[in-house]
Amino acid sequence: MTDLQDLYQELILYHGRRPRNFGKLADANKTAEGYNPLCGDKIRVYVKVGGDVVEDIKFEGAGCAISTASASIMTDALKGKTRAESEQLFKAFHDLVTGHQQEAETQDLGKLAVFSGVSEFPTRVKCATLSWHTLRAALSGDGEVVSTE
Amino acid sequence: MKAIGKEVKSKMTDHAPQLDVHKIRQDFPMLKQLAYGKPLAYLDNAATSQKPQAVIDALMRYYTNDNSNIHRGVHLLSERATQHYEEAREKVRQFVNAKEKREIIFVRGTTEALNLIAHSYGRANVNAGDEVLITALEHHSNIVPWQMLCSERSARLRVAPINDEGEVLLDDFAQLINERTKLVSIAHVSNALGTINPVREMVEMAHRQNIPVMIDGAQAAPHTRIDVQELDCDFYAFSGHKVYGPTGIGVLYGKSELLEAISPYQGGGDMIASVTFDKTTYNTLPYKFEAGTPNIAGTIGLGAAIDYVSEIGLDSIARHEHDLLSYGTEALSQIPGLRLIGTAKKKAGVLSFVLEGIHPHDVGTVLDREGIAIRTGHHCAMPLMERFGVPATARASLAVYNTREEIDTLVAGIQKVKEVFAL
Repeated sequence: MTDLQDLYQELILYHGRRPRNFGKLADANKTAEGYNPLCGDKIRVYVKVGGDVVEDIKFEGAGCAISTASASIMTDALKGKTRAESEQLFKAFHDLVTGHQQEAETQDLGKLAVFSGVSEFPTRVKCATLSWHTLRAALSGDGEVVSTE
Repeated sequence: MKAIGKEVKSKMTDHAPQLDVHKIRQDFPMLKQLAYGKPLAYLDNAATSQKPQAVIDALMRYYTNDNSNIHRGVHLLSERATQHYEEAREKVRQFVNAKEKREIIFVRGTTEALNLIAHSYGRANVNAGDEVLITALEHHSNIVPWQMLCSERSARLRVAPINDEGEVLLDDFAQLINERTKLVSIAHVSNALGTINPVREMVEMAHRQNIPVMIDGAQAAPHTRIDVQELDCDFYAFSGHKVYGPTGIGVLYGKSELLEAISPYQGGGDMIASVTFDKTTYNTLPYKFEAGTPNIAGTIGLGAAIDYVSEIGLDSIARHEHDLLSYGTEALSQIPGLRLIGTAKKKAGVLSFVLEGIHPHDVGTVLDREGIAIRTGHHCAMPLMERFGVPATARASLAVYNTREEIDTLVAGIQKVKEVFAL
């Protein structure tokens, strides 16, 4: 039971139910679609990049609590970050949910740290990382649908 | 017994002896384990069933005493392995009531059987402008091979629609059969919804226009008695692992005259009569379709599984599962916010559902920690999920060893899910 509480923390349930930055971003100049064939979750991430900075970011799609909350908290965390900073956050987040995090990384994660419980649920890692993979595809700009498989 | 109508069927199962589920559970070592410290409630049987000790012993016995290649050695072991392998074929013949043993082809599973027919029958008979007819409730394995065939042959895949309960609309199905139709391929039982299709009737509709019918019996074999002669289907396939046998072994039944007429699926050893560099003469049925060293252990294991279910009796199994299904349907229907997907009048042991505001994947994770194994996702039937307007469902599926207590555990688990996700 404690495992479950670690996974479904209040903040995750909150964001899963009422995601922030949800919807189309009218003036986006980068976008990508992500897909998890395992559960059928689909997500689209819209990014407005100015120079080297993520000026605005939104997402839409349907998914489980983990993938929706992850997208929601990710969009909050990335606003105003440079590409390099975004990439660093992705690495730290990925390490966190796969159970490979270093102490120093966790400190920089802020709200994203609530996903630490995911590492105890290997089948849910893909849910937590779907939005991040989609974001990277959007930033790299090839516009392809990315899949978690 | 001509038509396997509802009345005939229910009368049959009503008279079947009641089985002792607690005794049966003793036969399955897997069920004794705990999951996260809780008794395992294994409700993912439509994905694969657990194996009775008799099947595990048969595999062990084969590898301990008889392991050898079949149909070629003159030595004692090869003779013994061949004998056990061919005995399994006879068991399968009886299990589906085929006329002849040579109509039973061993394959990897239902998927391979469907691909075999798409390849060997399809490529010989489906040409530009022709049609293949399936239904809206098919598993991907009864969609994709036909799509591949149709795209290669510039043919058209037609799909008979279903209603909101998950039943095939028979009038539409009948209307879709026309002179361009070259093959009909339908599920006997839907994996995602549990719907039992009136296959006897559907075969008759197709046969009126001389169109052969393939039946995907993957979900039927563990739950209902199969009689291919009574169904009069042209091809029938099922998988060993869903009927308490090993993985990697399955069966394709085909009417001998049809199997005789089509080309082999794969070339290699055992499927030949003679080979020169100019010409190869193919072996007779069933070996023509069994190229290479087959899954000998799996086949013998499947034979043991068939012995096991036959001893309990498929009518008794059907009766037990039907009782659980009614009990489960009743219990789940009373949970506020729960919607059952698939409410056909004739159903096998599948309870597919969605909970309002909670994604099936989250349902599955919480249930898992309660020791309850169910499947969540699209069940390899994405077009069907789209039909019901859901991205996925949670699916509990029943087997001979499941109990009412396990249904109660499921219901309690769902309450737990609702607590975790309380608004």
